Amino acid sequence: MGHVEPGRALQRRRKIFQSSVFGLFKVSAVINGLALLIIVYFLVANGWRAINWTFLTQPPLDSMTKGGILPCIVGTLCLSLGAIAVALPIGVASAIYLHEYAKPGRVLRIIRLGINNLAGVPSVVFGLFGLAFFVVYMKMGVSILAGALTLGALTLPVIIGSAEEALRAVPDTYREASLGLGATKWQTIYKVVLPAALPGILTGAILGISRAAGETAPIMFTAAVFFTPSLPSSILDEIMALPYHIYVLATAGTEIEATRPLQYGTALVLIVLVLGLNLIAIIYRAHLRKKR
Amino acid sequence: MMSEHLDFFYGDFQALLDISLEFYENEVTALIGPSGCGKSTLLRCLNRMNDLIPYSRAEGKILLDNENIYEPDVDVVTLRRRIGMVFQKPNPFPKSVFDNVGYGLRVNGVKDKANIASKVEQSLKRAALWDEVKDRLYDSALGLSGGQQQRLCIARAMAVEPEVLLMDEPCSALDPIATQKIEELINQLKENYTIIIVTHNMQQAARVSDITAFFYLGKLIEVGETDALFTRPKLKETEDYITGRFG
Repeated sequence: MGHVEPGRALQRRRKIFQSSVFGLFKVSAVINGLALLIIVYFLVANGWRAINWTFLTQPPLDSMTKGGILPCIVGTLCLSLGAIAVALPIGVASAIYLHEYAKPGRVLRIIRLGINNLAGVPSVVFGLFGLAFFVVYMKMGVSILAGALTLGALTLPVIIGSAEEALRAVPDTYREASLGLGATKWQTIYKVVLPAALPGILTGAILGISRAAGETAPIMFTAAVFFTPSLPSSILDEIMALPYHIYVLATAGTEIEATRPLQYGTALVLIVLVLGLNLIAIIYRAHLRKKR
Repeated sequence: MMSEHLDFFYGDFQALLDISLEFYENEVTALIGPSGCGKSTLLRCLNRMNDLIPYSRAEGKILLDNENIYEPDVDVVTLRRRIGMVFQKPNPFPKSVFDNVGYGLRVNGVKDKANIASKVEQSLKRAALWDEVKDRLYDSALGLSGGQQQRLCIARAMAVEPEVLLMDEPCSALDPIATQKIEELINQLKENYTIIIVTHNMQQAARVSDITAFFYLGKLIEVGETDALFTRPKLKETEDYITGRFG
């Protein structure tokens, strides 16, 4: 007894080893945070001069070298909200089926495999799929509807995954308590499980909407156009969108160098828009949590 | 309520072997035995909560009013309304106190608001919780103490007017004072219900129950009036367990 006391030298070595490992972890975390800060700083430094009232409220002028980006802002809002409107109900319904109803077995494994692979499909492939299926085959044309459906398909795996995670986090004791009172399975899900899972599901929706708002490839064949001065009047109209506008200005415009500030300004607006959407969802989620 | 030659399996593992046991109205039956002896499994067979466990199955009969609840044409949802359950850890919904107690009424189709309100009040009073929560009915139930939460769960179970009340170690997560309150409550409630309680605490079984059944390794070893079973157990296994020599 008493002979397991480590020697002084070993104690010191262990201490040094531990603090250097934790130091490395800390550096990794700091690098991560810095990356975001640098991106934001870069955008603000290069883009803030472009941003003024005209920029936010006017359509582009003079072959898009002057004027504003209002149609792009409206277009991106329509596309992201449309994508969520499509993907959230379908995604949550799928997650409920997968987690609450489906019997474990072969069919379930195949469905899951499909969903996981869907998450790995490159976004440009979604764009081509949207072009072939929604735009051409379903005769929607290049439109908000086709773009929102394509973006919806793209965000589905994210929403299903996070919704399932949120359902898994609801303790089984809630389900048992509800069933024990003579509630049906559906009443249990609708009145107890879903409200408890809602904050987590919203987190998934936030991630989904952020991704949808920033995507270029899926909308370039299905919804976005090079230039349109007017705002959309129906969901079958084609539109401009922020990410596609940046892409166009940076690669295909007549004055690529001269419009650099506009490109950065547009990128800054896009980031602020995404962070704003996230903020709304985060506030709503906090409100839901507090209500319990 | 009674079980007749009940066997229960989790996959290939047989958790209950040929259990025949009667539960009497207006009496408290305590199920005791070491961990894994099958007492909770039996309890969860009585309202078919074990149906939720994949690859499990029950054979034999459980009779409620002389009808086998394992008949294929029995509606499990209606059955569970008749057999209330209180769980090991207090599990109020993340809703208000009022909505917790009103929940069972609403899912069973009670719409009249005045009726719901009066039943909620009545249930909270019977659970000896009304005076503590009457000014915070619309606050979250998660803000109550553990003991209050468990009495809320009892009120919630009673609101739908079940005939039998199943309690799965209802005090194991509570302090001694909260435990005492629940035990007093059990004593009052048995005037109206058949109560079946699983407990690890032998003193508790001795205090609250009229009949005690001792389980070991999935078998019903001995059953009898609580006083007799604790003072003059017939079998050596029972005596060893209640005197703390194993378990």
